Amino acid sequence: MSTTPLHVRGLTVALDGRPVLRQVDLDVSAGEFVTLLGANGSGKSTLVRAAVGLVPASAGTVELFGTPLDRFRDRQRLGYVPQRSRAVAGVPATMHEVVMSGRLARRRFFGWRTKDDVAAVEAAIARVGLSDRTRSSVSEMSGGQQQRALIARALASEAELLIMDEPTAGVDHDNQESLADLLAGLVRDGTSVLLVAHELGPLRPLIDRAVVLDDGAVTYDGDVDNIRDAEHVHVHQHSGQPAKPDGFSGNPVGTHHA
Amino acid sequence: MLEALDFQFMRYALVAAVFTGLAAPAIGTFLVQRRLALLGDGLGHVALTGVALGLLTNVAPTITAVVVAALGAVLIELLRMNGRTSADVALAMLFYGGIAGGVLLTNLAGESANSLNAFLFGAITTVDAADLWLVGALGVVVIVLSLGLSPQLFAVCQDEEHAKVSGVPVRAYSILIAVLAAVTITVAMRTVGLLLVSALMVVPVAASQQLTRSFRTTHLAAMLIGLFAAVGGLFTSYEIDTAPGPTIVMIALVVFGLASLAAAVLARTRSRRHRVHST
Repeated sequence: MSTTPLHVRGLTVALDGRPVLRQVDLDVSAGEFVTLLGANGSGKSTLVRAAVGLVPASAGTVELFGTPLDRFRDRQRLGYVPQRSRAVAGVPATMHEVVMSGRLARRRFFGWRTKDDVAAVEAAIARVGLSDRTRSSVSEMSGGQQQRALIARALASEAELLIMDEPTAGVDHDNQESLADLLAGLVRDGTSVLLVAHELGPLRPLIDRAVVLDDGAVTYDGDVDNIRDAEHVHVHQHSGQPAKPDGFSGNPVGTHHA
Repeated sequence: MLEALDFQFMRYALVAAVFTGLAAPAIGTFLVQRRLALLGDGLGHVALTGVALGLLTNVAPTITAVVVAALGAVLIELLRMNGRTSADVALAMLFYGGIAGGVLLTNLAGESANSLNAFLFGAITTVDAADLWLVGALGVVVIVLSLGLSPQLFAVCQDEEHAKVSGVPVRAYSILIAVLAAVTITVAMRTVGLLLVSALMVVPVAASQQLTRSFRTTHLAAMLIGLFAAVGGLFTSYEIDTAPGPTIVMIALVVFGLASLAAAVLARTRSRRHRVHST
């Protein structure tokens, strides 16, 4: 047993009978910033969705903070930002209300908000730089602002592990810069981060380790410096090449954790 | 208008209308938020089978309706969750099965489908004291749970997956929302009727969100609009001698129309003021 925030071993997932992940190992240590790279369809999203319990595993284990996923109750330690999630539903809601739902890990079954909840929500909103939009309806906010609101929702529970599924997709360069600043601050405060990305851009200097997935298997797990340009990962996979990035010289998979 | 209350049936109907007007939008707001606005309609059809079962077995139709509609609600949520049937196909089957079962059982009870009219469109003269107690008790349950659990139900309807990752019992609360919708239908059966009950769950919400920005205001304003439509519709139907259900729904639709108009005017003045300021 370890108290590593995220510890995945031999994870195998099949969706509709089609294997999507094969024997995947993945760790995120305390305070570590890990990025998950790979082409569309390589299984990145499925991996994080299985890690948070949204997709059932057919084999393997997932442990969060040393507890097997199905017995993990300290949900407030986990912050999750879903992929391309719309903050908007069928009824208007203010950003404050949406971010407040991030506090529910602390009162899952019933209970109204407390002063602590309000303080944490306001802190999370300030952290993503949207304090002036607190009472705005999320439907009136831009895509980048909605994305930041969803990050605030994940932060509101005062999470120790932040799992983000492509938070940079469709976000302009300025918003990526502010996301990088935000994540840098979180990492300084000891938050562990697992981030699914297509391209690294301004996030690159923050990343401790990169894991590359190809066709549901880990093909690289090591230093991000060996990945010259994340977009090359993308290009190679589209041309049917192996997922190894240019200049690959990292540890072969399987020996990294030894 | 108030002399209508000299009649005992009108006093009963008024109490039923108050509970219906508040309860239907209280749970309906979550259905709209979840984009399941038509669920209430499907469950209303299922409740018809329950009514017919009551006619056939000589049990009070309100009781059989609430039981059958609640079972239908659980069934549709299980179908939806397991992803074996898409939500709209599952709803379609509820619509057809409910109507067919209702008419079939009524015929078997030796009655014509006409005897279902009172349940389909509401008939205030049919509310008796025993019904009223059940309607009141069920109405209170729906209102108290919808407001009391609103933080949790909001999270489930806003983003089901995020709520699940947060550890909120999404499955249990999804079933609860559907069952509360089924219970509301029975509450509303005597006043609005089964075919139009869904309108009272959806139209007040649609009206209130024309003018609101937050979920909480939308929720509470929808309940007030529902109350206004139900009580106003009841008295109007007494005055002009129409069925209460359609009258209530028309009033709700008029409120929606006025709210949309007000929203359009507000947006216009705001953008004009904006233009003046920026020049």
